Amino acid sequence: MPFLQVSNLSLRIIGETPRLLRSVSLSVGAGEVRALVGESGAGKSMIGKAILGILPRAVEVVEGEVWLDGQNLLAMPPMARRRIIGAKAALIPQDPLTALNPSRRIGPQITDRLVHILGWDRARAESRALALLEEVQITDPARVMRAYPHELSGGMRQRILIASAFAAEPKLIVADEPTTALDVTVQKQILRLIKGMQERHGTALLFVTHDLGVVSKVCQSLSVLYAGMVVEDAPVRDFFAAPRHAYSRALLAATPKYTDPEGSLTPVPQTVMDAVRAEVAAADGVWHG
Amino acid sequence: MQLLRTFLMRLATTAVTLAGVAIIVFFVIRVVPGNPIAMMLPPGATEADVARLTALYGLDKSIPSQFLIWVQGVLGGDFGTSITTRQPVLDLVLGRLPATLELSIMALVIAVILGGAAALIGTRGRGTRREGAIDVANGMALSVPDFLWGLILILLFGVLWPVFHISGRVTPSLELPFTTGFYLFESLARLRFDLWLDIVSHMLLPALALCIPLAAIIGQLLKQSLKETMHLDYVTLSRTKGYGENHVILREALPNAVLPTLTLVGVQFTFLIGGTVIIERLFSYEGLGNLAIDAVINRDLPLIQGIVLLFAAIFTGVNLLVDLTYAALNPRLRHG
Repeated sequence: MPFLQVSNLSLRIIGETPRLLRSVSLSVGAGEVRALVGESGAGKSMIGKAILGILPRAVEVVEGEVWLDGQNLLAMPPMARRRIIGAKAALIPQDPLTALNPSRRIGPQITDRLVHILGWDRARAESRALALLEEVQITDPARVMRAYPHELSGGMRQRILIASAFAAEPKLIVADEPTTALDVTVQKQILRLIKGMQERHGTALLFVTHDLGVVSKVCQSLSVLYAGMVVEDAPVRDFFAAPRHAYSRALLAATPKYTDPEGSLTPVPQTVMDAVRAEVAAADGVWHG
Repeated sequence: MQLLRTFLMRLATTAVTLAGVAIIVFFVIRVVPGNPIAMMLPPGATEADVARLTALYGLDKSIPSQFLIWVQGVLGGDFGTSITTRQPVLDLVLGRLPATLELSIMALVIAVILGGAAALIGTRGRGTRREGAIDVANGMALSVPDFLWGLILILLFGVLWPVFHISGRVTPSLELPFTTGFYLFESLARLRFDLWLDIVSHMLLPALALCIPLAAIIGQLLKQSLKETMHLDYVTLSRTKGYGENHVILREALPNAVLPTLTLVGVQFTFLIGGTVIIERLFSYEGLGNLAIDAVINRDLPLIQGIVLLFAAIFTGVNLLVDLTYAALNPRLRHG
C-alpha cells in the first residue's frame, strides 16, 4: 500500500445533501510528489484538511477511508489520530501571515512539538531548528528564533513554516497552495526551496495548487479535481502530453504560457463544464445546475 | 523604555484626574442640602452653639477659601479631621483600606477563576449542550445585580443552610495578633490557618456577591474571543502537530484571546470596587464602603472627601496597571 491512500472519500456539510468531495481516491507513495489540481471550490483544500484531521467542524465524512502509513485514520479515536498525523505528516499552510502565532516567538513555535510530543531535550530541538532555518536560507537564524512573527516579512515567514513542517522529519507533507499568498518574485524561490527540501529529506509531498505551470516543474504525478471529483489521475509527463479527460484538456488549454503571453487564454468551454456537471450529477443522483 | 514612558505619561494624567475629582467632590457635597453641625448637636441647641461649632470646623468661611485650606492640607498629607469621630481622616481611611482591598481582590480572583473556567469549558464543548448551559448560567449571573446576589447568598448560605458567616470580617471573640489591616494575608503569613479559615468564611459570601456579575462578563467575552481565535490558521496548524485540544486552547489560542478580556476586566474591576459600598453594608463588613455610607449619613464632609479621593486613586491605579499589563502581554504594542 502507498504511504498515503485516500479511498472513496466523500464529505458534506452536516445536514446538507450536496457533497463537497465525491468518492475521491488518490495515493501518494513514499517520496512521491503528487499535485492536486483544480479550480477554486473544487475541494482541493478539503482533501488536505481531511488527511491532516483538520476538517472544519461543520464538515462530516460521509464515507471513505484515509490510510496513512498503513493505519486507517478515520477509524481511530481523535487523539490517537492527531498523534499519528503529528508524527508522520505536516502542513505547509497557504497564508504565512496568519499561520504563525502572533504572541509567541519563532523559536518555540518550531521546537515545542519536538520537546513536548517527541520528547527531545530543548537544546537538541533548538539546534535542529537552527539547522532547518539555515537550510531554508534564513540569514542569522539565531536572531529569527527570538523574533516575533510581526517583525518578519511574508517570505521569511513562509520559509519558517517550511522549516517547521520538516522539523519532525515527517514522511508526508501537504503543501496547501504554499505560494499563492506571496509576491510573484518570492514564489519561485519558495517553490525551489520546497522542492529542494523534499528531495534532500525524501519526503512525500501532496502539492495542492491551481497552477499547472508549477505542477510541470515540481511534481511527478497529479490528480485533477473538479466539483469534488477526481476526473484524472496520471503521471505528469503523460498528462501534459495527452490529457485524457475533456476537463483536463480544457484546463491545460486555459493555462497562460510565457512563450505566448497574448491571446492564448481560452476559458474552459461551456460544453465541457456541462459534461462534467452531468458526470457529477450521475455520481450524486441529483442535478446541480 | 517604551513601558517607562507610557508609565510616566499615565502618572501625569492621573494627577490631573485626581485634581478634577477633588474639585468636584468638594463643591458638590457643599451644595447638596444637609449640615454636619446640625447632625452633631442635640435637639434644643442654641444659635450660639451652632455658630461656635461652625467656626470651630472652619465652615463659616467662604467655600473657595475652605477649598484652599483643604488643598493645602492634602498636599501636605493632612486630609483633615473627621467631624463625627474627631480622628484624622487619613488614619480612618487607611485603617479601612486593607479590608476593602482584600475583599475586592478576593472577588476579582474568584471572578477570573470562575469566568475563565466557564470560558474554557464552553470553548472546549462548543456547539454542544455544555456550551448552552454555560451561556444560560452567564446570562442569569449577568442579569442579577451584585446586591441582589448578596441577599440571595445570605438567604441560601446564611439562613437556610448556615455554613458561612454573613456579618463582619472576623469572629469578634477571636484574639487577633495582627499588626497590619491585611487580615487575610497576615493570617496566612503567620501560618494561623484557624484565623485564616474564619476570615475566609466571613469574606466568601460578600466576595461571591461582588464577583458573580464580573465572572459572567469574563466568561462571555473570553469565550467569544476564544471561539474566534480557534478558527485562525495558526491554531489549525498546531492541531496538525499532534497536540491535544486542551493544549491548542491553552497555549495557542488563549494568549491571543485574553487581551480584549483584560481591558474589560480593568474597567469592570473599578465597578466591582464601587460595588463594595453596598455589599459591605449588606454584610456589615468593616471596610471603606461601609465607612463611606456612615460618612454620607453624618454629612462628615472631610471624611467623604478623603474616601472619594482614595477611591479615585484606586480606580486610576487599576487602569494604569491594566495598560501596563496589556503592553507587557502584547509584543506588537511593546515595540511601539
